[in-house]
Amino acid sequence: MAKLNPEQIKYILATDCGSTTTKAILIEFKDGEYRLTTRGEAPTTVEAPIEDVTRGVLNAVTELAELSGRKLIDDQDRIITPSDGNTGVDIYISTSSAGGGLQMMVAGVVRSMTAESAERAALGAGAIVMDVISSNDKRQPHEQIERIRHLRPDMILLAGGIDGGSITHVVELGELIAAADPKPRLGSSYKLPVIYAGNSAAQDAIRDTLADKVDLKITPNLRPVLERENLIPAREEIHNLFLEHVMAQAPGYSKLMGWVDAPIMPTPGAVGKIIKTIADIHNIEAVGVDIGGATTDIFSVFRPDGAEGVFNRTVSANLGMSYSISNVFKEAGMKNVMRWVSFKMDERDLRNRIKNKMIRPTTIPQSMEELIFEQALAREALRLAFKQHKSFATQLKGVQQQRTIADAFSQEGSGQSLVNMMTLNMLIGSGGVLSHAPRRNQSAAMMIDSFQPEGITRLAVDSIFMMPQLGVLSEVHPTAATEVFEKDCLIHLGSCVAPVGEIKKAGGDVMQYNFTLPDGSTVAGTLKHGDMKLIEVGIGDDSLPLKAKAVLEPARGLDIGAGKGVKVETEIQGGVVGIVLDGRGRPFVISEDEETRVNDLQRWNEALKVYPEGAVTHSYATTEAAVA
Amino acid sequence: MALAYAPGLTVTERQLVKSKRILPLKGDVLVKVGDRVKPDDVVARTMLPGPVEPMNIANILGLPPEDVESAMIKKAGDTVTEGEVIASVKNFFFFTSECKSKINGTLESVSSVTGQALFRGAPRPVEVKAYIDGVVTEVIENEGVVVATWGGHLQGIFGIGGETSGILKRAVSSRKENLTEKNITDDMKGHVIIGGARVTAEAIQKAIKVGVAAIITGGLDDQDLRNLLGYDLGVAITGKENIGVTLVVTEGFGSISMAERSFDLLCSKEGSLACANGATQIRAGVIRPEVVIPAEGDVNAKDEREGYEQGGMDIGSPLRVIRHPYFGKIGKVIDLPSPLTVLESGSHARVVEIQFDDDNSKAVVPRANVELIES
Repeated sequence: MAKLNPEQIKYILATDCGSTTTKAILIEFKDGEYRLTTRGEAPTTVEAPIEDVTRGVLNAVTELAELSGRKLIDDQDRIITPSDGNTGVDIYISTSSAGGGLQMMVAGVVRSMTAESAERAALGAGAIVMDVISSNDKRQPHEQIERIRHLRPDMILLAGGIDGGSITHVVELGELIAAADPKPRLGSSYKLPVIYAGNSAAQDAIRDTLADKVDLKITPNLRPVLERENLIPAREEIHNLFLEHVMAQAPGYSKLMGWVDAPIMPTPGAVGKIIKTIADIHNIEAVGVDIGGATTDIFSVFRPDGAEGVFNRTVSANLGMSYSISNVFKEAGMKNVMRWVSFKMDERDLRNRIKNKMIRPTTIPQSMEELIFEQALAREALRLAFKQHKSFATQLKGVQQQRTIADAFSQEGSGQSLVNMMTLNMLIGSGGVLSHAPRRNQSAAMMIDSFQPEGITRLAVDSIFMMPQLGVLSEVHPTAATEVFEKDCLIHLGSCVAPVGEIKKAGGDVMQYNFTLPDGSTVAGTLKHGDMKLIEVGIGDDSLPLKAKAVLEPARGLDIGAGKGVKVETEIQGGVVGIVLDGRGRPFVISEDEETRVNDLQRWNEALKVYPEGAVTHSYATTEAAVA
Repeated sequence: MALAYAPGLTVTERQLVKSKRILPLKGDVLVKVGDRVKPDDVVARTMLPGPVEPMNIANILGLPPEDVESAMIKKAGDTVTEGEVIASVKNFFFFTSECKSKINGTLESVSSVTGQALFRGAPRPVEVKAYIDGVVTEVIENEGVVVATWGGHLQGIFGIGGETSGILKRAVSSRKENLTEKNITDDMKGHVIIGGARVTAEAIQKAIKVGVAAIITGGLDDQDLRNLLGYDLGVAITGKENIGVTLVVTEGFGSISMAERSFDLLCSKEGSLACANGATQIRAGVIRPEVVIPAEGDVNAKDEREGYEQGGMDIGSPLRVIRHPYFGKIGKVIDLPSPLTVLESGSHARVVEIQFDDDNSKAVVPRANVELIES
């Protein structure tokens, strides 16, 4: 990896190897600024007969080269560096999520205390938690041992005991793990990594018990005292081991590591980095979502004390739009998915379509009905992923979470969620279904329906899904990353205004509004319960969103951020979609009555111009593809 | 030549097929390079450590953990039998408290921290079979072998159930015919049967009852799969199901005729031994289900297909659509427009214009929604 001089960097190639698609972007330094100039993509190649992630990279870069007219690959299929005239780039960087999910088992002494903290650490690090073993989980020790042996996780996180407390129970758990002699899921060529993050006084005893049998890593106690969690060191160790053991199993990954000029970052880590950077620069609260083929990642920065932003990330391992699409349908249930669809579909045919997408994950919706159905699934994937995020993004301060004794004994929620939809300033969507939606209005509608923002919230999407690449670029060349992010990455959709509170009367008034638009004209009216309205406030000549002066007066008992019934006078940002007034209430409920539901969906879609006229009333007749 | 399409699956009449047979834990390899093996031959074996039974001696004898060691009659590594006294201690009144083993096995360890003793039962054997009829070409010391054979090779798109083998038997009259209960007869016991379009739930149940080894089918209904498994499959990671039959689906979900090339290949090998595996993993390290039809040939000879990569899409290339609204239709490329095209959904995508074989009708389809058929 060559040492880089940022000033000499004029051409930057960045790829993101997703589980479905490999995306490549070319950034050029022109007229004194860094700008995105070209993008290309190709299916990720982890399938036979190719089984080499670098093939997909080369295909994507080939497309980039064709479109840009710049030669980027030499005759030996290598990326040309450094740049010279019309050939090559100065640096090549990449992110990757093609290694699949991380499967972990966690163990802790008390299920509702250290075991739960361990579970939170693992989930926060992006793992699928296969099982939680604890001293009081009502299973016999021999059953626990059989379970550990049977699961074959990628790694185990063991916690238990506060620092200086009794060591007996956590060592007992260590003995169970040693007795199980667990093997890693992927190959038998290395020892199973076990992270010990329990009572520091037990470290020696744990070492004596486990060091010979597993690849033991010791980190500071994730629950050093009952009232405080310290999850970050364990999470970081999980990430290190994930890169070392899990992602490295993706075919061709080792080769890719030899090509890049900076360490390959896992895609979610890179997206999280750029979202944290934006939130800090603007001193706002932000939620970012990246909905991929296999997983959905949610990132949030909230400021519970008004100052320092607390970053949280969760990965919903089996909620995604291709590999995991069948699981989204399974988890959400047919009823929840179909409530977003205003035409009938035959269940048998529907199930087959979903499974066909699962087994051929790179296909795209060609017809309008396929698109509408896929976006219905996306709403549910986003809703479920955000629900998980709210459960695990709990009160943290810096790297530690402060809890009261009362919280520690509470079984419910284990700490208050940091997610506060009313104070949230910005919601950023990313991932194919949001970034590549044929209409930006569709992205806005999906985000509003699944996240249900409250009060006034800005909405944006990553234009062409380049946040991962910019995240890793910010490590190497922060200036280029920031410039491209501000000018080319984010598409400002607009804002959502959603009054919150109990709405007793159907069709009653929700809010009086009066907008003074940038051209001086005014739009005023009353938002009724169950209605949605779109105020068109677009983008200015400087490519930045225009703002409208708003006077918003919520009905008695309803709140848009200043308190129940309190009038708000503020500036609201528009965008390519505009300002959405959402009078459906929070949480809004879709009618169980079929006629009302279909009618509501049509009204909302028309108000927000989500689909072309008539598209949502299309009646689907089942066709079975009995093929000649 | 365009490259943005889903790669097709292998359907070949003759190639060198290699199968890596690896133990889950290190153990003994029972064959050597050059040995001829049958699918059910055991090629490697290891002993899985026996079940563990923990006993907290400190609690049973009422001792502090650090005193347990001195109360032990049996030491780590000693053999124990069920009911045998393994630890004892004399109390105040010179009565003796005893602790007896619950299992036959070995005392593995005694902890002075927890006062817990761990006993391990007798080890259990784990065997790896050859799976295919072939020749051992490589021995991986203490881990397993590579078995190779020349033969037909067909990859499916999805499957369930593990490795099996049997004589290939055709069960339908055409590749367009659904495989129903009436097609399954008692003489199919132990066979790998060739279906056509969709296999029905009743046919699968009958096949299980008859003892069919594996079913190869063009399509399968997801509803039937759910009924068969008893749960909704969320992620395509299969192979461990124990439903009594292995399924290899060649085309996809729904009623879809088996591709002509696949059906013809299987039918031409009727009466031959076929080895089938339903294991599927559609994620990192993709595994597709397969059918191997072993044939004679020198396993040391070079396979010209090795390293073969499917070519790009060109005018005239035969292909199949793999998504609605033309799902399953087969045709030929008649145009490959370069610019992005607006689809009915409103998306912009690179497309291919196809003329379908059945009715000569034409359609424009995203390149991402087609796969090439090897010619």
